[in-house]
Amino acid sequence: MIALPPPLLHRRALLGAAGATLSGAGAQAQPKPPAVPKGQVIVGVSQEPTRFHPLAPAIEVDQGVWWNLFSPLWNVQPDGSYEPVLAREIPSVENGGISADGLVWRIRLREGVKWHDGTAFTAEDVKFTLQLINNPDFRAASRTGHNLVRDIHVVSASEITWRMSEVYAPYLSRLSWTFIVPKHALEKVADINNAPFINAPIGTGPFKWAERVAGDHITLAANRDYFGPGPYLERLVFKYIPDLTVMYTQFRTGEIDHTSIQGITPDLFEQAKTLKDRVVTKTPAAWIESITPNLGWSFMADKTVREALYLGINKKAFVGAIYYGVPDPTESIYPAQSAFYNADLPKQEYSPAKANALLDAAGWARGTDGVRVKGGIRLEFTNSTTAGNQVREQGQQLLMQDWKAIGASMKINNMPGAVIWGDYWAMSKFQSVMVGVSFGIGADPEVTDRLASTSIPAKGGSGRNTSQYANPAVDALLKEGVSTFENAKRKEIYRKIQAIVREELAIFPLFQASSVEGLKKGLTGYAPNINTLSNCWNCGNWYWAA
Amino acid sequence: MRAIQSLILLWLVSMIGFAILHLAPGGPLAQFALTPGMTEADLKRMAQQMGLDRPLPIQYLEWAWRLICGDWGNSYRDSKPVLAIIGGHLGATFELMFASTAIAILVGSWVGVLGAVRRYSLFDTLATVGAMIALSIPTFWFGLIFIYIFSVGLGWLPAGSRFTIGDGSFLDYLHHLIAPSIVLGLVTVAIWSRFMRASMLDVINQDYVRTARAKGLPERVILVKHTIRNAILPMITIAGLQLPTLLSGALVTETVFTWPGMGRLFLDSISYRDYPAVMGILMCSALLVLIGSLLADVLYSIADPRIRLG
Repeated sequence: MIALPPPLLHRRALLGAAGATLSGAGAQAQPKPPAVPKGQVIVGVSQEPTRFHPLAPAIEVDQGVWWNLFSPLWNVQPDGSYEPVLAREIPSVENGGISADGLVWRIRLREGVKWHDGTAFTAEDVKFTLQLINNPDFRAASRTGHNLVRDIHVVSASEITWRMSEVYAPYLSRLSWTFIVPKHALEKVADINNAPFINAPIGTGPFKWAERVAGDHITLAANRDYFGPGPYLERLVFKYIPDLTVMYTQFRTGEIDHTSIQGITPDLFEQAKTLKDRVVTKTPAAWIESITPNLGWSFMADKTVREALYLGINKKAFVGAIYYGVPDPTESIYPAQSAFYNADLPKQEYSPAKANALLDAAGWARGTDGVRVKGGIRLEFTNSTTAGNQVREQGQQLLMQDWKAIGASMKINNMPGAVIWGDYWAMSKFQSVMVGVSFGIGADPEVTDRLASTSIPAKGGSGRNTSQYANPAVDALLKEGVSTFENAKRKEIYRKIQAIVREELAIFPLFQASSVEGLKKGLTGYAPNINTLSNCWNCGNWYWAA
Repeated sequence: MRAIQSLILLWLVSMIGFAILHLAPGGPLAQFALTPGMTEADLKRMAQQMGLDRPLPIQYLEWAWRLICGDWGNSYRDSKPVLAIIGGHLGATFELMFASTAIAILVGSWVGVLGAVRRYSLFDTLATVGAMIALSIPTFWFGLIFIYIFSVGLGWLPAGSRFTIGDGSFLDYLHHLIAPSIVLGLVTVAIWSRFMRASMLDVINQDYVRTARAKGLPERVILVKHTIRNAILPMITIAGLQLPTLLSGALVTETVFTWPGMGRLFLDSISYRDYPAVMGILMCSALLVLIGSLLADVLYSIADPRIRLG
């Protein structure tokens, strides 16, 4: 059962209202957007957007640019519902867009949409996009879900159908992150991975490509032929500022209008709130920060040890002292804003006494140096994270102290990002890591590649189950979860999965990440969206209050 | 002979650089490891498509052959040709380097000359202490303090960037150049002043200077014609050897002032394991070292008639 969203204009009006509150307008009436695009917004980003093919592998900042250049068939709203964009409606079993067996999909497309170069958008573009993702020569970011698509048939310029080889409910969510690319710009290029399109992209989004000064900024210009409401800004600029202290300074001096993604560091949150003519907000993100143990390594496979270690974490002090209380502690793998979030999970108890008792009972005796030993194995392990991430490094120091109190010795073994998140992480060569992971895709809770026993790369699997978690009950639930479109049933399934994962401590969940983002006062329309990787997903609705 | 030596050197640099870069743990796809929706199978498929799963010698030979044919490859980060990327960042670095070097040469040489002429005077002592302080101040800290005072506090100078987006006039460029070039120049002024002082002291007590003075030449003529001209000779070598720093850029200054130069490109390319870009920068640096030393030799021979290239 899919909740159909209200009409487009109504939804955007609601988002505008939300944005108005964040922009400092408060309870006052929302200012009207300008009749023609006016002014510019400079968004500060700490990583440089460099990939402009929306089907290629990318990071969050790239997606922030894509949302403004391209359009998906439908997008995902902050509340998790879908809103039609290039499609006229969200396909569902109820409206006939998805067949009763969940295998045949029919999409009706919006008419009168034009690419930025003036060419008409048609169903052929959607077909080309799906085929390109599955093209063996193309370096697509991910084919999950798309590889189940068969027999694509263009019924007319505004209607397309396909058949799925098996039922896959998360495909709606996958498609909300899949931007449609122009067939006419890509079908005849000699090298599909190095097409001119990559550095001069053509989309159907509210902004057109204007210029890129490598290492400095990207400028997008208003698409005056955009099919939806907006854009209201003449220019949208993404400015690359690699250092967060410098980004904060430039936000303070007014050289940037919005700090995005990593934004303002937690230690500056309180100070930032006092800045004149700036609105600083805490925006929840979908990332769950955790200590992820390698369950295939030594004593980490022992649930008693994991329980003791989890009891030994002073989570309150961790979040309070290291993160200035900005993020919210969690027990789940999903953000609290998700419709699938299980709020009834048991809360972690910080109790070194209980942890010690558990370990004593399990035969872990303290050695002369205070570190416990059992059967000749010392309760000693490494914890790794990205070297240079100072906040996490401080967190590790705190954990070392916490665990020392229960006779566990944690050693720090940090590495540069390109090293730790390579084979060390993928092939489960670590003992434990401190990491932030977004488990779901968009608003969908599908998590097979993170938790299924068939998704362990170290054991020949193709997913991301690097903690090597394996549980037949969870495997069965995961299969069930992707094969039904009934939301109520899916909620029940994923609540159960969360309960099992929490009970077994497949990870030690610490908190749900939050970023502190800043806006210049008067910027209207900003609406944080936990279901996208960037809060710049709707810049077409942004404008300056007159 | 020198050309053959240079080619061998370039070959060795390329081979050692390629090996170190590729044998280091991690790779260009690690940055996507935590991207939602991407699986290990996706990463393996892409590694295969990019040829990263092939034996290292094969990868090196292919890269080297393409380089010989004039193809420096495309960056993994943004798919642009490597030479275009380097060219795109070189202008900003050159601008900054030129401005800071100009400050360094003018101020540093003046301080160095005056310090040597008035050796052990109050000025010389202050210049020596000042140079030590300038060399000891971390550029990152000094940059931030500079921004805090002149941008946040006084509002005289922009807090960073090469130009105002939407402006980009000559004056705007100049306005943005002031702060980073002074911050970067501070260190180079200290270095140049010390070198210049030492070089002047070497020359100032030479017999020909004493002879010139005995002949009754005015002090100004002795200083300009006989002392400074000779003291500048070692500085030419230093300047020539500084040419390759154009490609390494001024990493810290570029980061603090969000200056889109080579330093940041190099750091970003390393952290993303953008092999083609890093190798491109490495080869260009090696080339510039060779050109720089050749240039220094030529200039040396022009400045000092006693030296002629054989």
